[in-house]
Order: sequence, then structure tokens, then C-alpha cells
Amino acid sequence: MTQTIGALLIALFSMTVGLSHANETTRESTGGAQTLQDIMARQAGQQIDDSFRRDATGNPDAAKQITEQLGVLGGVSDSEVFRGIRYSDLDIKVSNSGPAADILVQDGGMRWLELRQGPLATYGGGALLGIIGLLVFFYFARGRIMIDGGPAGTTIERFKAVERFGHWVLASSFVLLGLTGLLTLLGRQLLIPVIGHEAFSTLAIGSKWIHNNVAWAFMLGLFMTFFMWVWHNIPNKLDLVWFAKGGGIFGKEHPPAKKFNAGQKIIFWTVMVLGFSVSLSGISLLFPFEYPMFAKTFAIMNSVFGSSYPTELLPHEEMQYAQIWHAIVAFVMMVAIVAHIYIGSVGMEGAFDAMGNGQVDLEWARQHHSLWVC
Amino acid sequence: MKAMLTAFVATALISVAAYYTLQGAGYSAAEKTTAPSSVRLN
Repeated sequence: MTQTIGALLIALFSMTVGLSHANETTRESTGGAQTLQDIMARQAGQQIDDSFRRDATGNPDAAKQITEQLGVLGGVSDSEVFRGIRYSDLDIKVSNSGPAADILVQDGGMRWLELRQGPLATYGGGALLGIIGLLVFFYFARGRIMIDGGPAGTTIERFKAVERFGHWVLASSFVLLGLTGLLTLLGRQLLIPVIGHEAFSTLAIGSKWIHNNVAWAFMLGLFMTFFMWVWHNIPNKLDLVWFAKGGGIFGKEHPPAKKFNAGQKIIFWTVMVLGFSVSLSGISLLFPFEYPMFAKTFAIMNSVFGSSYPTELLPHEEMQYAQIWHAIVAFVMMVAIVAHIYIGSVGMEGAFDAMGNGQVDLEWARQHHSLWVC
Repeated sequence: MKAMLTAFVATALISVAAYYTLQGAGYSAAEKTTAPSSVRLN
């Protein structure tokens, strides 16, 4: 009997709540304030029309006399002032005149933090581990790509000293940026439980210094390698043949290639395009609030693709977009570069010499870059 | 190998030079937000 009454009460309560939800769509029951449905929708990450709050920031023209209730605030109430602060719709005076100092509340920050600590870290880290696992599997399945018939014993110059210098400036800076970037993104979650707050603090401060300053060497290396190699990396019909034959990775056949084969061209353009993009977002992050670029980028995208990305962003939102984009692009680059490092070292006999001392075995050159060597 | 080692040294030198150059130019975040010129005292 007790259970039956309990079940009836629960059913009645559910119906009441359901009815009250239905009534609250007009926000009559809350006097125009947000309803439980609004709160639930916001917490579920759904887009809601919040103009009823955003625009409700008082009316100074309707100011009451100072002797009346709310008189000291003019024509606005405490909650209207807070809404004005929250939606950055208030003329605020602050003692710090630094950039974006008058933005006191930016509630999009939580979405950025959740994205940064959640999907970005999970999928980015997963992609890195995935490519490493794939390469380990490939190494054991395919083995090292050897020079057919063994090395000739005579060598030929593949890269001049200045080319190798540019490559290694780019490579060394990229490795440092990748490691310090990963430490900045994932360290709080992965390292603090292991080494503690104090040790991580020292590590994070050092990482930040390295990341901020080594970035300039990366940009120099990117600039040098682009101008030295862009001519050799222009796609041509030969690349289709190379792709059709799988780059000679499987089997013994070596498709013809000039100085750079199609696979190397993919790496080149990946590094150049994404490297340029990561440099731009990096500059935006290096000089906070000085070089906002996402609102302008979104405006261009909207006009070209007819999309509806936001074109009015708060300074902090610009920084958040820059950070997210910076990390996504960096992860894609890291995945590509890990594969590049593999094939340029343990994955292929004789490949490292090209960037080591600049001299490659003649037979290696004939097999992998037959049109360049002749 | 000489080009590789020179590149490593160059990367380190560029980084240190960038640090002192930007610090001298007053571009640090601390400079931007706490310098006397950024704070209205009256």
C-alpha cells in the first residue's frame, strides 16, 4: 500500500514538473527571468536564445529619484548591472588600462576549458599514440626498407650544407615546440599526479620559456626550407605514378622520382601550410590581444562558404580560438612528422645520410630518386 | 653532421636573442598588464 502511494506521488510530482516546464517556455512564471528549461539547455551545451537576458541590462533613461528604491543605481538594478558585465555591455572603468582589462566576465571560457582538457587532449594524444603504434606495427610487418642489392659504396651529394642547416633548425625547433607544447597541454593532467605541483611548476615555467622563444627559430627554419625547396615540391604527373605504385613501400618496385617524391611533397606542403598557420596563431598567442585574427577569418569564411561563424568575438574568445586552433594544427603536424622521422631514420636504410652528412649512396639514389640522380 | 650541430646551436642562440629582444621591447605579458603606463592611478 505504502509503495503504491509512493509511486502515485512520484507520478504526480513528475506530471507537475512536466506541466510547469511546459508553462515556463513563456517565462511567465519567472517574471521574464530564465527558467529551469533554459538552465538545463545551457548545461547540455544547446544553443539558446538568451536575448531576454542579454538585452535586459536596464534603462538609465528611466532612472528613479535617488530617494526611491534602486535610485542609487539609476535606471538599473543589481542583476541588470551583472548582466551588463556578463555580456560585456557596460561602460566599465577599471584602473588597469591593459588590453581587454575591462572584460570582467567571459562565460565562454568554460566551454574552451572543457574542450581543451577533454576532446583536444584525448583525440590529440590518441592520434599521436596511434601513429606511433601504427609505425611499430609497420616496422615489424614490413621491416626496414633496404637498398636492393646493397649499397654501391660511392656517394653523391643530396643536400648542401645550407639546406641541411635549414632543415635541422626547423626540425630541432619543432621537436622542442612539440614536447613543450604537449607538456603545457597535458602536463597538468598527466604529470602533476606523478611529480607533484612544485616540480611541475618549474617544468612548466621552463617549457613556456622554451616554447615562446624557440618559436622564432621554427619560423626562420620554415622560411628557409620553403624558399630552398618549393620549386622541387610543385606537384606534377609523376606524383600520380608514384601514388599508383604505393610509393614502392610494398613490394620491390621503385617508382621514378625527382629530388622529392610524392610522399615527401605531401610532408613538405603539410609542414609549410600548417607551419604557416601554427605560426600565425602562435604570434596571436605570443602577443595576447594584439593580433586577433579569428573574427576576421570567420567573416571571410562566412562570405565565401555562406557559413554563420561568429564575427564579433571578445578578446578572450579570440585567444581561446587561437589556442584551440594552434593545438589542433600542431597535433596534425606532429602526426605527420613522426611518420617522417620514422622513414628518415629506422624505416629506410641510407635515408638519414641525406640530412646527416648530405651524402647518399649512389644505389640508394638510383632506387628512390632515379630521375634526380641521372 | 657539422650543419646539423650548427643548426642546433643556432636554434639556441635565436631563442636567447628573441627573449632579450622582446623583453627589451616591452612585449612581455607582465609588462603589458602591470607596467606603470598600463595602470591608471587616479
